[in-house]
Amino acid sequence: MSEVALRMEHVYKKFRKGEIYNSLRDLVPALTGRMFRQQDLRENDKREFWALQDVSFEVKRGEAFGIIGHNGAGKSTILKILSRIMRPTKGRMLVHGRLSALIEVAAGFHPDLTGRENIFLNGTILGMTKREIESKLDQIIAFSGIEEFIDTPVKRYSSGMYARLGFSVATHVDPEVVLVDEVLSVGDYLFQNRCVERMKQVVCNGATVLFVSHNLKAVAEFCHRCLLLERGRAVMIGPAEEVISSYLSRCGSAHTVDTHAKPVIISKVRFRNEHGECVRFKSGEKAWIDIEVTGRRRCEKLDVTFYITDENHREIFDTSTQRLGCDSFTLDEGLVFTCTFEVQLNLVSGIYHPSVLIWRYETQTNYDEWESATTIYVSSEDDVRGLVHCFPRVVRYQMLSRPIEMENLRV
Amino acid sequence: MKEELQELCKYRELLYMLAYRDIKVRYKQSVMGFLWAILMPVLIVMAGVVVRYAYAIASGKPLQTADIVSLAVKSLPWAFLVSSIKFGCNSLTGNHNLVTKIYFPKEIFPMAAVLASLFDFAVASGALVVLLVILRAGWSVYALWTPVLLLTMVVLATGIGMIVSAASLFFRDVKYIVEVLLTFGIFFTPVFYDVRMLGAKGKWLLLNPAAPILEGLGACVARHQPPALPWLIYSAVFGLTLLLGGYTFFKHLEPAFAESI
Repeated sequence: MSEVALRMEHVYKKFRKGEIYNSLRDLVPALTGRMFRQQDLRENDKREFWALQDVSFEVKRGEAFGIIGHNGAGKSTILKILSRIMRPTKGRMLVHGRLSALIEVAAGFHPDLTGRENIFLNGTILGMTKREIESKLDQIIAFSGIEEFIDTPVKRYSSGMYARLGFSVATHVDPEVVLVDEVLSVGDYLFQNRCVERMKQVVCNGATVLFVSHNLKAVAEFCHRCLLLERGRAVMIGPAEEVISSYLSRCGSAHTVDTHAKPVIISKVRFRNEHGECVRFKSGEKAWIDIEVTGRRRCEKLDVTFYITDENHREIFDTSTQRLGCDSFTLDEGLVFTCTFEVQLNLVSGIYHPSVLIWRYETQTNYDEWESATTIYVSSEDDVRGLVHCFPRVVRYQMLSRPIEMENLRV
Repeated sequence: MKEELQELCKYRELLYMLAYRDIKVRYKQSVMGFLWAILMPVLIVMAGVVVRYAYAIASGKPLQTADIVSLAVKSLPWAFLVSSIKFGCNSLTGNHNLVTKIYFPKEIFPMAAVLASLFDFAVASGALVVLLVILRAGWSVYALWTPVLLLTMVVLATGIGMIVSAASLFFRDVKYIVEVLLTFGIFFTPVFYDVRMLGAKGKWLLLNPAAPILEGLGACVARHQPPALPWLIYSAVFGLTLLLGGYTFFKHLEPAFAESI
């Protein structure tokens, strides 16, 4: 079963920046102009850029492979090349088996046609036969959850319904290789979960999945291996968690240091566990955040606030030196103040951003704030969901013939 | 090329689906519904009647039923050719989303445009047959040539459709050039007139590959004569060359579609 399903060998892709001549009216003067001027050629070179450079990887059959990286790193270009929408400038690629690309699931929809008609249209666009669609029609409609509106033109649909129907059609193609680009981020929470379940099922059935997403949590949960792209180059390939933590350690948000405007500056922040690891943490383990504050001018009655936000930048935890019983401090020009918080990471697995704020309670003044000072990845061995990890155990699990008296129960 | 054709074959249901979509959308939104298919040919015939009437007065020969039948018979395929090329020209640029997002053989787009126009043509033909019966145009064994002539027309339309669709993807003003050519093309094609009306010099007009087909249809259906075979072969060869060349041209450019559109 360890056969290769997808392979890219030294793939390069070049794009041209700026406007290209897209009408004869512009092309003709440009061509005649070029005959007289030589520098145009050099200008052309400057306008080219490489979206992918020497990217090679291999995905085995039945594997879920993730691709992560910043916007513009070339993730979608890889998918477009693999799905044969674009041809690589150099290099070779190989795909074994029926491929389905969930790049933009509702791309084939026509607004004036009904949901049912669009299922047929989109299904054939994705390579299904009419008979195949007919046999799966009920499943597709049931999965999308919009039975009621299936005979309404899709232009009346909400964007969520649109995407749900599209995803539903696309995942029923029964592909051997699936390319997924951010489609899991559509629909409500429930539908997203169903999508992830469906993708897992697809993998269980032996399909290969190539998954591109900014949702690192989903990538970590779902993918076996991962590729990190940076400006078109494959920087790292390996087990998903390792690649994600390497990515996170590269992308802590930079703190804008405007020396003149701010009287105090958060100069250093480090989040660590007892082994000195700064990115990957285990749920429930102890962690320390070291904070260094530098004074530019004299400031009185300062406090350090430390808070954690989740992947969507919602605040999930907040504390401060003052609330923990410390006295406020005064910082003079040129002096450095440092403090360390100890926390227990009772968090479910996911991406979190520790952040720091220097605050004066009395005047409610914000002196300096460093949002997402670092980014950490917490993993948990238990399958728990929600916001916090309560470390659950099942301690009683039995069948009785009579009702119990709650008051008498002991652990 | 063999592989490409096999793949196209695999996607034939998509061709029907896209044609169905185009037809459905066209008829769904328009108040006139199926009348839409007849409107364009009717206008061409009416314009033709005016031209022929003026000619009849100028030449002193009265306007005959056969002339009007011939006019009607030639108008329909011309309307078909015009609409296939026009829709074919926009078929790639109008489906921007599909071109850049999903892989399948893209020649299906201009082909679906031809197929959808063929449907309009079929509807209009139904009306034409009724008209012919009313006019007591009669028929002869030469009418059996009609399918061959129409097939040649479809081949020609598909060939042109492929070329203009790919060209207009790269150069947006191709669309306008095509529109102008189609508007005035009717004067260089024997729709309103027959080539023999122009005497010996009329032969030059038969170099237009659509001309022998239309002339042939006029001969077979309206005048009950056989078509001019050598010219018809010329049209067929021209059409096939265009189709083959157009297909190769299209396939050659196809990999660049997604990034150039």
